[in-house]
Amino acid sequence: MSQRKRLRRERITDQLYDQPRLDVSHGPILYLESISVSFDGFKALNNLTLYIDAGELRCIIGPNGAGKTTLLDVITGKTRPDSGTAYYGQTINLLELKESQIARSGIGRKFQKPTIFPAHTVFENLELATGTDKGVWSCLRETRNLKEEELVQSTLEIIGLTHVWKNFAGALSHGQKQWLEIGMLLVQDAELLLVDEPVAGMTHEETERTAELLTSLAGDRSVVVVEHDMEFVRSIANKVTVLHEGSVLAEGDMASVQSDPRVIEVYLGA
Amino acid sequence: MLVSRLMENDRGGKIFICAILILCISIPALNLIPPQDSPFHVSTYTVTLLGKYLCFALLALALDLVWGYCGLLSLGHGAFFALGGYAMGMYLMRQIGDRGVYGDPLLPDFMVFLNWQELPWYWYGFDSFWFAMLMIMAAPGLLAFVFGWLAFRSRVTGVYLSIMTQALTYALMLAFFRNEMGFGGNNGLTDFKELLGFDLQSDRVRAVLLVCSGATLSLSYLSCRYIVTSKLGRVLRAVRDGESRARFLGYQVEHFKLWIFTYSAILTGIAGALYVPQVGIINPSEFQPLNSIEYVVWVAIGGRATLFGAAGGAIAVNYLKTNLTAMFPEIWLFVLGFLFIFVTLWFPRGIVGAFTKRSDS
Repeated sequence: MSQRKRLRRERITDQLYDQPRLDVSHGPILYLESISVSFDGFKALNNLTLYIDAGELRCIIGPNGAGKTTLLDVITGKTRPDSGTAYYGQTINLLELKESQIARSGIGRKFQKPTIFPAHTVFENLELATGTDKGVWSCLRETRNLKEEELVQSTLEIIGLTHVWKNFAGALSHGQKQWLEIGMLLVQDAELLLVDEPVAGMTHEETERTAELLTSLAGDRSVVVVEHDMEFVRSIANKVTVLHEGSVLAEGDMASVQSDPRVIEVYLGA
Repeated sequence: MLVSRLMENDRGGKIFICAILILCISIPALNLIPPQDSPFHVSTYTVTLLGKYLCFALLALALDLVWGYCGLLSLGHGAFFALGGYAMGMYLMRQIGDRGVYGDPLLPDFMVFLNWQELPWYWYGFDSFWFAMLMIMAAPGLLAFVFGWLAFRSRVTGVYLSIMTQALTYALMLAFFRNEMGFGGNNGLTDFKELLGFDLQSDRVRAVLLVCSGATLSLSYLSCRYIVTSKLGRVLRAVRDGESRARFLGYQVEHFKLWIFTYSAILTGIAGALYVPQVGIINPSEFQPLNSIEYVVWVAIGGRATLFGAAGGAIAVNYLKTNLTAMFPEIWLFVLGFLFIFVTLWFPRGIVGAFTKRSDS
């Protein structure tokens, strides 16, 4: 706990965002209990229960149609579950909030396809993610904010895009777009980062750099990675959750999950 | 200070505003000072025509704000234009007083003709200029707010939103065609005499109306620049390019769309109100769906997300229209259609976009 506190104090965003920290006194940052979602009779999520601890880096794997993206949709408010409860920290009921409110309360989401603003510069992309007051009037009155600019500068360094800060984001390479999107979550001061297939379409080097970036973020923040690439998952994960047909099939470290006969059956169809 | 900050990095805008200001000083001067037979004399017809163009430029500016910057393709801006025009028309009708054909001290001519005994409640207050000014902004603004609130809250986007805006203006056209609505039916409101006690037929009043149109256009241009250069402008473009990304960054996208849509409708209403005293009539044909589509074509030809391009496009296309419809009336629609296709295929960013590097959009 004391280590967490120390890490927190070092975080750059603390100078900027003077808001009460999330209550994670019981350990987990995210509580999903008995979540069910169905689309026209198809059960995308079936009585799913999942806890994510504060500061942990969790990988979620599973075959196509296992409900991985639907799970992220439920957490971020895009899809409302038919039943179940979803709490962020001890106190925030996610099922009562809109997408934008969930985002402002500290859950950041990176989409499967890199989603950035192509006609804005790299700097502007990050700058759009700053700030806690994201209403129309405050945006209209907004003047230059040096602290926010500092935050953007230091984030540019973390994601390695300092040299292209003036360029239009649409001109970035695929990998750089992915990092930019992760950078936006950092500037947004997300406590919980939901990262959907971060290394899809990346070169080997880019994949390695992404692995470094995500592991360096964990501890201070909680990171949930949804990924297909088993090699990548093996390189970053200490805890893996396997989804199958909308519920948790297995959970544990990579070695034990891989030797689980049910997991082998699902993946290899044996 | 503020003005120079706003116009920084906006060379086209500077040229545009300067051109408008020069026109608004020189044209009225050339109309009023030289005698009729002097070669320098500019006819009152030209003054009024230019005033009309400036109203269209203001309309195009407002449309560019929602379409170019926020990606909301409204095919119903004609409705806001006409509503502003009707609010102004109602005031001008009340100014006629007992000088109508029927000489009724209380009722406008068309109500006498329909055998109405008293003024409908929604005509109360239009005797006052300030009340009319308020309604010029409030009527289109309120319609845009209610329509936008319902549409954006239900996440209606893209072509569905365009179709709904088109249906909105069509429905209003049908309603305003009805005599029972109390807005003059298909004849609309006309036969205006005075504005604030000044004779609308006089050259001087025409000149003043042109100057007012130019001043309103310039001020509105600055207000639009203020919006698009602020963080709000960056958020609007973010909504246009990546709506869900903006939402998951914590922006309540609906509020931004609603705000800009309403603001644009208010500007459009003002444009309509300036238009009516200059052309001397407002009738339901202003609500025609075709008009609203034509407005979009002006913006596309001029250049989206450039503001001055849209406004300049409106003036250029209308100048062409005035000349072509006088010389070859039957080919105008073909020319407009060809222009639209030509620009869309070869200059997707409009005429202005063809001459500038991709920088601020």
